[in-house]
Amino acid sequence: MAEKMINLKLKVWRQNGPKAVGAFEDHDVSVSADSSFLEMLDELNDSLERNGKDPVVFESDCREGICGTCGLVINGQPHGPIPKIATCQLHMRHFTEGQTIWIEPFRAKAFPVLKDLAVDRSAFDTIMHAGGYVSVNTGGVPDANAIAIPKDVAAEAFDAAACIGCGACVAACKNASAMLFVSAKVSQFAVLPQGQPERYTRVQKMVKVMDELGFGSCTNTYACEAECPKGISVKNIARMNKDYIKAKVKTEKIELEA
Amino acid sequence: MVKLDSKIPSGPLAEKWTNHKFNIKLVNPANKRKYDIIVVGTGLAGASAAATLGELGYNVSAFTFHDSPRRAHSIAAQGGINAAKNYQNDGDSVYRLFYDTIKGGDFRAREANVYRLAEVSNNIIDQCVAQGVPFAREYGGLLDNRSFGGAQVSRTFYARGQTGQQLLLGAYSALNRQIAKGKVKMYNRKEMVDLVVVDGKAAGIVTRDLVSGEIETYSAHAVILATGGYANVFFLSTNAMNCNVTAGWRAHKKGAFFANPCYTQIHPTCLPVHGEHQSKLTLMSESLRNDGRVWVSKLKGDMRNPGDIPENERDYYLERKYPSFGNLSPRDISSRSAKEAVDDERGVKGQEAVYLDFEDAINRLGKKAIEEKYGNLFEMYETITGENPYQVPMKIYPAPHYTMGGLWVDYNLMSNLPGLFVLGEANFSDHGANRLGASALMQGLADGYFVIPYTIGNYLASDKPEKHAANSAPFKEAANQIKDFTANLLSIQGKHTVDEIHKKLGRVMWNQVGMARNAEGLKAAIKEIKELKELFWNDVKVVGKAEELNQNLERAGRVADYLELGELMALDALERNESCGGHFREEYQTPEGEALRDDENYTHVAAWQFDKAGAWTRHKEELTFENVELSTRSYK
Repeated sequence: MAEKMINLKLKVWRQNGPKAVGAFEDHDVSVSADSSFLEMLDELNDSLERNGKDPVVFESDCREGICGTCGLVINGQPHGPIPKIATCQLHMRHFTEGQTIWIEPFRAKAFPVLKDLAVDRSAFDTIMHAGGYVSVNTGGVPDANAIAIPKDVAAEAFDAAACIGCGACVAACKNASAMLFVSAKVSQFAVLPQGQPERYTRVQKMVKVMDELGFGSCTNTYACEAECPKGISVKNIARMNKDYIKAKVKTEKIELEA
Repeated sequence: MVKLDSKIPSGPLAEKWTNHKFNIKLVNPANKRKYDIIVVGTGLAGASAAATLGELGYNVSAFTFHDSPRRAHSIAAQGGINAAKNYQNDGDSVYRLFYDTIKGGDFRAREANVYRLAEVSNNIIDQCVAQGVPFAREYGGLLDNRSFGGAQVSRTFYARGQTGQQLLLGAYSALNRQIAKGKVKMYNRKEMVDLVVVDGKAAGIVTRDLVSGEIETYSAHAVILATGGYANVFFLSTNAMNCNVTAGWRAHKKGAFFANPCYTQIHPTCLPVHGEHQSKLTLMSESLRNDGRVWVSKLKGDMRNPGDIPENERDYYLERKYPSFGNLSPRDISSRSAKEAVDDERGVKGQEAVYLDFEDAINRLGKKAIEEKYGNLFEMYETITGENPYQVPMKIYPAPHYTMGGLWVDYNLMSNLPGLFVLGEANFSDHGANRLGASALMQGLADGYFVIPYTIGNYLASDKPEKHAANSAPFKEAANQIKDFTANLLSIQGKHTVDEIHKKLGRVMWNQVGMARNAEGLKAAIKEIKELKELFWNDVKVVGKAEELNQNLERAGRVADYLELGELMALDALERNESCGGHFREEYQTPEGEALRDDENYTHVAAWQFDKAGAWTRHKEELTFENVELSTRSYK
C-alpha cells in the first residue's frame, strides 16, 4: 500500500533551559498522512541526530492518550486542532499539503520549560499531595460490595477521575488556572461515599496549595473544557466552588495542617 | 551448580500463605522507622509497595524516570482486573482462579505463588474500592463484572476501558498521602542505571538525573525493583515509549538471575502496523472479544471488501477450532491462529491483519449497548485508523505486549541477591509461559499491597542488613563505571542512529524470536544480534552531552541493554526444546498444530546467571505440581 505523503513547514520552539531565551526554528518535513504527530517529530529528530544536531526535546510515553505525558501547543491549541484527543493521538491526515505548523510547549508560570517542548508539571503532584486521596491504609477495609454506589454516581465519579493530568487546561487558560484539574479530583471524591469524611477539608487543602503554586484564577471562559483531551466538564469547577464555600460556612476553623 | 531455593512453605496449598505469614519474622512497629527501603518504579506494583511500606512505618525512597509517578505504563491497561469474588454466582472460587491461571500459564508457574495470587485477589478489589476507584456498577449499586480470555466465569472488574488508569491513580493517591506525611521521599525524573551490591547483598542504586544528567547514588537496607517488562526489545510493541529493561538488566549483570526470558506475550488484538515510521503499536482491549467475532476469508488472496464476503465464505477460525472458548480463547492461542491465517495467505486483503467484527453483536444488542461497553475503544480505533468500527469490522493483528519472564524471585519475591526484591511484571513469578487477560493488574497490586509488606519484614528482621554510606567505595566505583559507560556512548560518533539499530534488533526479534520459533532461526538470530551489538558499539551516533537533558543518550543506554537481553531471549528459546504458552517452537507441535510440551525434561524454570558479556550459565528450578495434574491445555 503506497503511503500518502504530505509536505509541511514546521516552526518549532527551541529553548535550551528554564532561563534561556527561546525562539522558533524552521524545518521542512515530508511525512506519511498515516503517521501520528509525534511520529513526525520522531522522524525530524532522526534526521537531526544523523546530522549531529541536538534533537527537539519533547515528552511522550504511552502514545495512546492515557498517560498524560505528551502535550504540545499546536497552532495555538493545546493538543492541536482535533477535540478530545491528546497530542499523541493526533494524526497527520488532519493537516493539508504545504501547511505551516507552529509547535510550542505548554506555557504557564507554574510549568517552567525544562528544554524545548518539555515542561515541569510537578506542581500538579504537589496539589495532589495536599489531599488528592481517601485516607485509608492498606488492609482492614470492608468488602467491596458493602457499599452500594448507584450506577450514575459511579459514572459521574469516573467522568471526573478520567483526567490524565496533562495540563492542557492550564495551557489553554488565559489565567493559567488549574481549576479544572483540581476540581476533577475533588469531584471524584465529593460524589462518592468513600470521599465524604474528608470532603470539606480536602477541598480547602487542595485549593490552598493550588493558589500558592502560582496558578491563576478561574474567570469562566471554559477554554479548559474545550481543550481537555478527556472532556472533563467545567461542572466540576462549579461543584468545587460550592464545596469550598460550604466548607468555609460549615465550620469557622478547619485545621489545615497535615 | 547453584541450587535455587524457591522457599515455598510446607503444608497444604490453601494454608501455605497463612502459615507463612505466621511463621516469618516481624519488624516491631517502633523499629520499622530504622529501616530505609528503595523502591524503583511507580506503576501498580511500585506505587502500592511504596505506599504500603510507608504506612507501616518504613522510610521509603521511591524513584521513577517519569515526571510523575502517575505516568507509569500500568496506566494504559484497559480491560480489567481479575478477582475470585464470585459476585456473579457463576462458580468462581480462589481455587478456580488459581487453576485457570496455572493452566493458562501452560503449567510453567509455581503452584504456591499462583495460589497466593488468587487468594489475595479479593483483598485488592476491597482496597481499591475503599480508595475511591470508580469501578463499573450494576443498577443495584453493586460491582459489575465481565469475562476475559481463558476463563469461563465473569470475574473481571473494570472501570470502562481505563481500568489500569483508575487502579494506578488509586495507588498513586495512597502514595501521595505517604509523600505528604514524609514517609515516602519521591524522586521523579531519576532513572536507575545500576544496582550496588556490597558483600553479596543489594545495598543501593545508582541513578541518572534525567534533567541535569548528574549521576547519583542512594543506599538502603533493601532495594525493590518494580520496573515493568521488556517487550520494547521488539521495538514495536504495545509498551510505552520509555518502558525499558535497564534497571532489571543492570541488576542481572550484578548477579541477579534472569528467569524464562523467552516467555513473551504477543497480544492478539492490536492495531496492524501502518508503515515504516511507526513508533509503537496500540492494543485494543481483549474485552472486545466478549462481543467481537474474529474471522478471515476462506479463500487465499481474497481482495474483496469485508461486506462483499458472504457469511458462508468466512472462516470464524477461533469458533471453529476452539468451540468451548471460541473468541475468548487465551492470548497465545489466538495470536498463533491469526498468524496461521496470515501465513495461509488469508489475511485481510493480503495484509498482516484479521477482522474483529461487531456486526452480530450490534444486531443482537443494539448499537447503544455496544457503545456503552466499548465506546471509548471504538473511538480510539477510529482516531487512529480513520475507519468507523460500527460500520466496518476492525482490523487487528498480534503485537508484543507483556513479558512473563523477568528477574528470578523466591516465594518472598526476593531475588537470588539478598536484599533485592522484584515485583510485578519485572519478576517472572506468576504467569508461567502465558499470562491470562486482567491478571497483570492483579499481580502488580498483589505483590505491592499484600505480599512485599510481609516478606520484606522477614528479611530485615532475620538478616539484619546494615546500611552503607552512599558515598562509600562500592557506590563511588559503581557511579564511576556508569560515567565511563556514558562517556563511551557519546564518544563513538558513528553513522547509525540509536533508533535505526533498535528497529533492526526489533525486526530480528519479531521474525525469529516472536510468535513462532525454530532452532535454525534462533541460531541465526543470536548471530545477527551479536553483529548488531558490534555495530552499535562501533558505529552508533549519540548526540549531545552527558550533563544535560539528553533523550538520545537515555535511549542509547536502554538499547545497549536490549541488545544483550535479545541475545539471552534467543538463547533461552533455543535451549527450551518444547512449546509452551507464548513460547512456540515449530519443531514441537501436535499434528493439529497445538503447542507440545515436554514435561519430562522442561517442567522447570530456566534461571540465567550472567557470567560475562555474551556468556551465561543456565540454572534450573524444578517445578513440582502437587495439586494439579499436568494436562494438555485444551480450549476446544
